[in-house]
Amino acid sequence: MPILKATGLTKRFGKFTALDGVDMELNKGEVYGFIGPNGAGKSTTIRILLGMLKATAGEAQIFGKDVWKDAVELHKQIAYVPGDVNLWPNLTGGEVIDLFMKMRGAPNQGRREELIERFKFDPTKKSRTYSKGNRQKVALIAAFASDADLYILDEPTSGLDPLMERIFQDCVQEAKDAGKSVLLSSHILSEVERLCDRVGIIRQGQIIERGTLDELRHLTRTNLTIQTKETITNLDEFVGIHNLEKEGHNLSFQVDTEEMDAIIRHISQFGIIKLESAPPTLEDLFMRHYQGEEQTSSGTGGSR
Amino acid sequence: MSQKLFTGTGYLTKLMMRQNRFKLFLWLVGLIAVTLATAVSYPDIYPDEQARAAFVFTMENPAMIAMLGVGYEDYATIGALFAHEMLLFTAIAVAIMNILLVGRSTRADEEDGRVELIRSLPVGRLAYLNAAAIVAVVTNVLVAVLIGTGIILLGIDGMSAEGAYLYGAILGATGLVFAGFTALFSQLSETSRGSTMLSFGTLIAAYLVRASGDVSSEALSLVSPLGWTVRTEVFVENYWWPVYAMLAVAIVLGLVAFYLNAIRDLESGFIPERAGKRNASAFLQTTMGLAFRLQRTNLIAWAIGIFLLSASFGAILGDLEVYFTDNEFVQAFLAESGDTSMMEQFIVLLMAIMALISTVPVVMAVMKLKSEENKHLTENYYSRAVSRSRLLGSYVCLSMIVSFVMQALVAIGLWSVGMVVVEDGIAFDTTFASALVYLPAMWILMGVAVFLIGIAPKATGFVWLYVIYSFVVIYLGGLLEFPEWANNLSAFHHIPQIPTMDMDYMRVLILVVIAIVLTVIGFIGYNRRGIQG
Repeated sequence: MPILKATGLTKRFGKFTALDGVDMELNKGEVYGFIGPNGAGKSTTIRILLGMLKATAGEAQIFGKDVWKDAVELHKQIAYVPGDVNLWPNLTGGEVIDLFMKMRGAPNQGRREELIERFKFDPTKKSRTYSKGNRQKVALIAAFASDADLYILDEPTSGLDPLMERIFQDCVQEAKDAGKSVLLSSHILSEVERLCDRVGIIRQGQIIERGTLDELRHLTRTNLTIQTKETITNLDEFVGIHNLEKEGHNLSFQVDTEEMDAIIRHISQFGIIKLESAPPTLEDLFMRHYQGEEQTSSGTGGSR
Repeated sequence: MSQKLFTGTGYLTKLMMRQNRFKLFLWLVGLIAVTLATAVSYPDIYPDEQARAAFVFTMENPAMIAMLGVGYEDYATIGALFAHEMLLFTAIAVAIMNILLVGRSTRADEEDGRVELIRSLPVGRLAYLNAAAIVAVVTNVLVAVLIGTGIILLGIDGMSAEGAYLYGAILGATGLVFAGFTALFSQLSETSRGSTMLSFGTLIAAYLVRASGDVSSEALSLVSPLGWTVRTEVFVENYWWPVYAMLAVAIVLGLVAFYLNAIRDLESGFIPERAGKRNASAFLQTTMGLAFRLQRTNLIAWAIGIFLLSASFGAILGDLEVYFTDNEFVQAFLAESGDTSMMEQFIVLLMAIMALISTVPVVMAVMKLKSEENKHLTENYYSRAVSRSRLLGSYVCLSMIVSFVMQALVAIGLWSVGMVVVEDGIAFDTTFASALVYLPAMWILMGVAVFLIGIAPKATGFVWLYVIYSFVVIYLGGLLEFPEWANNLSAFHHIPQIPTMDMDYMRVLILVVIAIVLTVIGFIGYNRRGIQG
């Protein structure tokens, strides 16, 4: 039973089509990774889900309620962290956290103090003096201090140091363990890989790939590093070999998963000394979708 | 070593000039144009002995002395009249220009990280401040020379060449003093806001100390640099000592600023930024409280300004008959004189103008919502459980409270001072009624702003055009003989002019209804449209 369901979301700004029929489903207790390059439509999708923009076509429901009509009611159960956190320069971080918690309703002071401690945040400084990372901490503390059922996180860690990023990942894990759902849009693919159950990749306003990480891996390549006794011949006759690098008897290349069997059979004839295989990372997957295909797309501007 | 501290000053000066050239050009053109245009008109405004005598009589009023500074022993030339009325306020304008210019080029550039970039280049540690100082000196020399030469070129009888240059020089010298204060405060404070606040605070304190000193004791007045500004007796005695004294002060302030800049770390200050509140107060946690807090400083400044303006108009109520009887320009405003007294006509005109001035903060209070959206700050509300009607409603409520407060201050300011200077006093209730009767017109302008925010968010600037148009209708409509339909386009034109006209409840009610309709359409549009951020 999906708690978030979007069907055919389309958004046009004048002649520019930012979103072109985006479908999305998020189940309870699940962390959904939403990835794509800048300007692909991630933030536009999220703004529609938050009822700030009205979709030109299509519809989206969260907890069975319409995201546009029931926005205020819905937001009591949703916590949102944007990538660019904009704060009022003359209020302190502590004041802003209180405001944010109050605006959602049901503030939790104990949890607030605990998170301020964990993120090592100084809430007594004016917002104008905060760095990007500290502004994100404000939004993250306010979000995780609230007892939300759905967390919508739009590139929430782009300004955090690795230590703080780890704390963020702990917070997401805790939310997940507590049965909450998370929609995480991110550029940090290792983060998505570690946290997310399912992934959707968006490009030029369309979801081009979706599924669990394992499902997606079938579509992709494996990295192989090989050392043989004899020089391998006729390798060019095979389809499905990419980024081939040769150094004497050492070879490294990527191979399409469906061609794996034929290629291993072929190279085993040359006396294998060493064979290392690495599973495809999300990054490989991501790059594969954008390399080459990117040339056809004329850089479209972001939505903000 | 000392050479190396200033390496790169040359091209930093050029860079700074380039960054500021447009603003400086506008300031200089504005200052010179206003000064010269006023100077030209003086021989016509005060053509004979009688007119000058009326002027001198008015200027002896303590309220006028507090406002414009001590007068002359003897107003021997027309230049004296001009300088007495214009010098202090022009000097304040020059001071403001310097505070903004120097504040921008020192602490603000540092806060935004531009100085850090520059300092990473082979550039001396004091070069940036040095460049700012050079730009300030060049600007103030330009003010002095251009205004001095301009007055000479006008060739007005009673404005000598020496007087003209002294007039320019004292303006430039006042400017340099405040440039020096700002350069100093930019070292002391850690933020550009702090440095600008301290500088403006000093300017206001200088004005107030001079005002009370001019009325009570000369020694007190001489504590304030503005007290020196008004003691040149320019165009009569031509005392130069205030110019020299100011240059000395400016140099000392500058040197202290250089010293502090040399010994401090980048992006630090000497007044530590005090720790702010850890929690938000209950008031701040309401949307209304936040809307007010964000505009607090601005609104308080407007409230004080409007009260002082109204009070100073009140100060001249007593001398009206003397002052305006022979003044054709004012007579043209107060054309349809019937059985009403000149004072009542004056109050009517005054209230219309003051109501329009009060409208500016009223419209600003609600337009703030649009600027919040432009800065992607409203997404902080709408990603949480805050409805659009609630937020827009808070801004509309705030705007209406502002309209009441501002108009009440207009009435209190005029009434309290008027009570003192007018022989029979002026009626409290009439003054209040004549101020508050403008509220429906002000609400229409607020309604136009709400309408635009909801229906045409890209065109919200048009509300200011309407404010300006209303101002033109009131100020020049009679003079330029506008057709009636053109006057009717201004909401302010339909307000019954108390006390010379009777209250017309029907008319006022219609205006209120129009304001409500505009506002409601705005709310509906705002709830339907996409939010930019």
